[in-house]
Amino acid sequence: MSRRNNKLSHISIPELSLVLLIGPSGAGKSTFARKFFKPTEVISSDVCRGLISDDENNQTVSADAFELVRFIAAKRLKLGLLTVIDATNVQPESRKEWVKLAREYHVLPVAIVLNMPEQLCQERNALRSDRNFGGHVIPQQISQLKRSIRYLREEGFRHSFELRTEEEVAQLETITRNPLYNNKKDEHGPFDIIGDVHGCYDELCTLLDTLGYKIDKENAQFISAPLTTTADGYTRFRKPVFVGDLVDRGPKSPEVLRLVMHMVNNGFALCVPGNHDAKLLRYLNGKNVQLKHGLEQTAMQLAGESPEFIDAVKSFIDGLVSHYVLDDGKLVVAHAGLKESMQGRGSGAVREFCMYGETTGETDEFGLPVRYNWAMEYKGRAMVVYGHTPVPEPQWLNHTIDIDTGCVFGATLTALRYPEKELVSVPALEQYAVPARPIGYNAGSALSIQQQYDDVLDIEDFTGRKILHTRFSHNITIREENNIAALEVMSRFAINPKWLIYLPPTMSPAETSKEPGLLEHPAQGLQYFKEAGIRKVVCEEKHMGSRAVVVVCRDEIVAQQRFGIAGEGNGVVYTRTGRSFFTDKETEQDFITRINTALISTGFYETFNTDWVCLDTELMPWSAKAQTLLQTQYAATGTAATQALPVVVAALQRAIQQNVPAQALLDRYSQRLAQAKDYVTAYRQYCWPVNSLEDYKLAPFHIMATEGKTYFDKDHEWHMSAIKNICAGDTQLFRATSYRLVDLGDMDSENAAISWWEALTAAGGEGMVIKPYTFLNKDEKGLIQPAIKIRGKEYLRIIYGPEYDAPENLERLRSRKLTAKRSLALREFALGLEGLERFVNKDPLQLVHQCVFGILALESEPVDPRL
Amino acid sequence: MLLTITTTRYPATDLGYLLHKHPAKVQTVALTAGSVHVFYPEATDDKCTAALLLDLDPVGLVRRSTPGSSGFALEQYVNDRPYVASSFMSNAIAQAYATAMNGRCKDKPHLVDEAIPFEIGLSVLPVKGGEPILRQIFEPLGYKVTVQSHQLDDQFPEWGKSRYFNVTLRHTLPLKTVLCQLYVLIPVCDNDKHYFVGGHEIEKLMEKGNGWLDTHPVKELITRRYLKNIAPLARQALEVIMKDEVVSQEEKAPKDKDKLRLHDLRLLTVRDILLQHNVSSVADMGCGEGKLLRLLMEKASFKRILGLDVSYHSLEIAQDKLKIDRLPEIQKARLQLIQGSLTYKDKRLSGFDAGVLVEVIEHLDEPRLAALEKVVFEYARPQLVVITTVNAEYNVKFEKLSSGAFRHSDHRFEWTRTEFETWGNRVAQQFGYSVSYQPLGETDEVVGGPSQLALFKR
Repeated sequence: MSRRNNKLSHISIPELSLVLLIGPSGAGKSTFARKFFKPTEVISSDVCRGLISDDENNQTVSADAFELVRFIAAKRLKLGLLTVIDATNVQPESRKEWVKLAREYHVLPVAIVLNMPEQLCQERNALRSDRNFGGHVIPQQISQLKRSIRYLREEGFRHSFELRTEEEVAQLETITRNPLYNNKKDEHGPFDIIGDVHGCYDELCTLLDTLGYKIDKENAQFISAPLTTTADGYTRFRKPVFVGDLVDRGPKSPEVLRLVMHMVNNGFALCVPGNHDAKLLRYLNGKNVQLKHGLEQTAMQLAGESPEFIDAVKSFIDGLVSHYVLDDGKLVVAHAGLKESMQGRGSGAVREFCMYGETTGETDEFGLPVRYNWAMEYKGRAMVVYGHTPVPEPQWLNHTIDIDTGCVFGATLTALRYPEKELVSVPALEQYAVPARPIGYNAGSALSIQQQYDDVLDIEDFTGRKILHTRFSHNITIREENNIAALEVMSRFAINPKWLIYLPPTMSPAETSKEPGLLEHPAQGLQYFKEAGIRKVVCEEKHMGSRAVVVVCRDEIVAQQRFGIAGEGNGVVYTRTGRSFFTDKETEQDFITRINTALISTGFYETFNTDWVCLDTELMPWSAKAQTLLQTQYAATGTAATQALPVVVAALQRAIQQNVPAQALLDRYSQRLAQAKDYVTAYRQYCWPVNSLEDYKLAPFHIMATEGKTYFDKDHEWHMSAIKNICAGDTQLFRATSYRLVDLGDMDSENAAISWWEALTAAGGEGMVIKPYTFLNKDEKGLIQPAIKIRGKEYLRIIYGPEYDAPENLERLRSRKLTAKRSLALREFALGLEGLERFVNKDPLQLVHQCVFGILALESEPVDPRL
Repeated sequence: MLLTITTTRYPATDLGYLLHKHPAKVQTVALTAGSVHVFYPEATDDKCTAALLLDLDPVGLVRRSTPGSSGFALEQYVNDRPYVASSFMSNAIAQAYATAMNGRCKDKPHLVDEAIPFEIGLSVLPVKGGEPILRQIFEPLGYKVTVQSHQLDDQFPEWGKSRYFNVTLRHTLPLKTVLCQLYVLIPVCDNDKHYFVGGHEIEKLMEKGNGWLDTHPVKELITRRYLKNIAPLARQALEVIMKDEVVSQEEKAPKDKDKLRLHDLRLLTVRDILLQHNVSSVADMGCGEGKLLRLLMEKASFKRILGLDVSYHSLEIAQDKLKIDRLPEIQKARLQLIQGSLTYKDKRLSGFDAGVLVEVIEHLDEPRLAALEKVVFEYARPQLVVITTVNAEYNVKFEKLSSGAFRHSDHRFEWTRTEFETWGNRVAQQFGYSVSYQPLGETDEVVGGPSQLALFKR
């Protein structure tokens, strides 16, 4: 701007810039910095000298100190934070490093020169006891400064300010920070983002009309925009956003320009420049430009236009901003797309990327540069909408979408409605040009781009420490060591991550009961929810089998289209650790077919308007999956106990007959024998031989998700009744879950639930699960437990060991800590739901997998396995 | 849980003097994990039985023990320990019958060295390896062995036999010998120890085994099991016992020795291929405990070596075995170990001349191979890829392998040569590599080599 500003009281700089304070020692840079910037924004070379050597004036560590300054500055710039370098910066070569750094992070370098009189600097230094360098230093710095100061602009500083006296510094009151032109975060839309028009004026008018805009086509004038009421309740006018390449190849580039200029100049629309628009500008500015790739048509069409119009076009294109960041940073529009590190930044490189994208340096068989698809690696949170490369149909990839559907090549002109994410297209009236490279060349796969990309996930998204955002709860931190464990389990045992959209959370038991002989009792479970402010709960019978997640598609085509999986059947049954439940594919597919048949026969797919479903279930018998465990641990312990104890009892009885005082021992060991027998009875309840599919029982208890929908807003009664309908489709396979509704505080209702639990467990049942009536519940601290289990006295023998209920054992077992288990249950619950929400929202698989991977990682946290 | 010692030597109640325990009382001795009771179900001059009854505290046992290793989370809580004769029983013998085992008897010292007819009852004794092992262990010492075996669960006969036995042993021996032998052999049968096995165990074994162990035909087995399969300890003890005899270094049966040789051969073949192709950087994708890495480190032409494995534990072992911490800087700089997975793409795998997958693919479920192919051939994309896998056709040559079974419990598939080559050809074609195959190991005319190798070049 200005390098000499007399009596300046106010200067403004870009909000995202690297500010260099320039001036000799004693010029007052640090004081200046303190006055106008936050302490954390200022990085001082002196401070860094001090940090590494305990002496702020130690010139021998300058190189290391500057490395540190640069390191900190780079970290700040990466985060998009304004940064001030407090160092003398009087030599061009030292400034060059900072300009380079600013460019690396696509921020603007700003120079503020404190060009103070030598005498002042000397006086100030003389007052400081710690600065005792020679008297020659300051004159030398001043001369270096004066020699180079006039070349600041050439060095790359588009913004520079110079202050020459103490008075000028004193007069300066404020430094304001201007948002970058690309920052339109406060524009919330709704928008209609329109793909490459390329002079297709008729199609553009039709598209705008279809979208609800009123256009005076004759005069290329905008009349009005349609209104939309957004989710936050505001009714706003919609706004078109053009992704650029308004001109070339098509029949009516001047009309397109006239209309779009009218809209943009009057604030009814936004537009970012395309490479064709930029080239047109160079042509109009008289630059040596080759008249090809459609520019020849535009040049001809513009030949008859008035000089005023040409001037207007020139200033319009010249004023276009490389890209826009809209709607609180949730949406980015750029002609050729934009990677995350460049969004909201300004540099030549950013502008270049926005208009041309990246190329690999190779050329293809058509002689065209091979484009490097930045979107493949895109992991940003902002949705990026772009054009530039014609595609047969727009496809989402990692939250980005190319909406150039090649209108000028005879295909369609497309708009993306935001935030609705709806695509609206109108067909081209004719083919105006022939593409040099066939559109969609090399695209011949049955899978979408996203699904092809999702074939292999990137390990760096799942290792190290991760913080995962969940919509229903707080952020959840996954520790590195837990991810290490999860990576091994996931890689060695888990099924294709494309199937693995959900893992069930662990469940906490109730507080320990004080009832004699019992460790768990429904009273504590009911009490827990009462204290959490819940009025109504549902008690569901707890089946004793293996937790299984079931995903079923109506057919293999759905598996391919929705899950991106080909040749792996039309569904899957997997365990809590993501492992396939069935060891052979054939049984699994037979099993899926039975479920599918039931879903079809009960009209599930029509009722739920879906062609797939994810169910959370219990699969029985336990012995089907836990065979090894049963044989090596449960039955083994049972045999040992039931074979050894009778011999002991007999020996003690004989001793008593001999008048040995062993009655107390006999009582104890007789009791142990009885407990051992009860233990064997307990585990046997959950075992039966499996010879065919007929021997399996499946008890679904939650409908987790169907196309475009999750069911966390439905209460458990709804889930139970929806599941009951499915169960009716195959009464042999399915087992409906019995349940009771309980009004908390109503003693009769509570007692009925307790009696029901007693009856269930007396009959050999595992116990019951108490859930709040609604699926998701929060109190002031966050989510509350979605379920609490109350296990039966006999069932607990196979958890705590055969003799757990002996009074002396029970007493010790009662002191158990539930905090870790409960915290784990909530984190896993929140992640499980998050993953499904992401899946139904069609997020990239990596985002879904992060949640699933996170649950598996959390499962490796040490908690008492008996809980 | 129960050990009974019965004698009919007149007067049988002398057993009370020998054991230093009064026949009319119940005597209780405290153990670290509970207690033990001694009582006499029968005590007449004609027949006297002393019973040693373990009373382990199942809850206390849990609170003391360290996490189990079986992978079963509830192992600590649901287990057979309270009901069996195990190292706890040895411990109980040493505590309750210390005097007798040490050969002291104040009142009737002449009994100490007298061979007395005894009938020993054990309820129940777990025996890894079952009845044959039990007989191999006790019969050479002159015991008459009677066993009663049990189903795992009568209701589920398909689960088979349990490893628990009610055992009766009959022999005429001095009591101290019986006790010493039981002390050693009970945990040997069980093949488990409830405590950490350290160096002092060797001395204990030498002391208690004195006079009978060195002539026992299965002394190797006894020694190894007593020292709980800790190889260096077992070897050390064996050297003491066997003095000048040659000790085989390998733990496992001869079949496994062939396997080991085969594995070394595979690794050397792979290294030779890499050397022939002037490879200077290698990624060992599935390096396990680092055997190939060690071979590669020996050759200076490999400038950059990466070992990747999904098992963090294996990497820790590799780190240890390769003595990475003690390598000179310049050697250390050549080698890097990382945890990673071949089903996730990984930038760290890019930029190597060669990628090596020795016996890796068969550990992946077949549907997951598609991901592995992309990770290796599309993203890592080295010039050279070496993949080896077992040859399923060769399995018929392994006598102990039942038909259709895999060589390793974690193998998800084993391919014939045709299957491997069909896969390899498709992969080569899809990702723009050429491929050639060769057998690994001694080749059979009909079924080929025990293992097979594919070499992909780009």
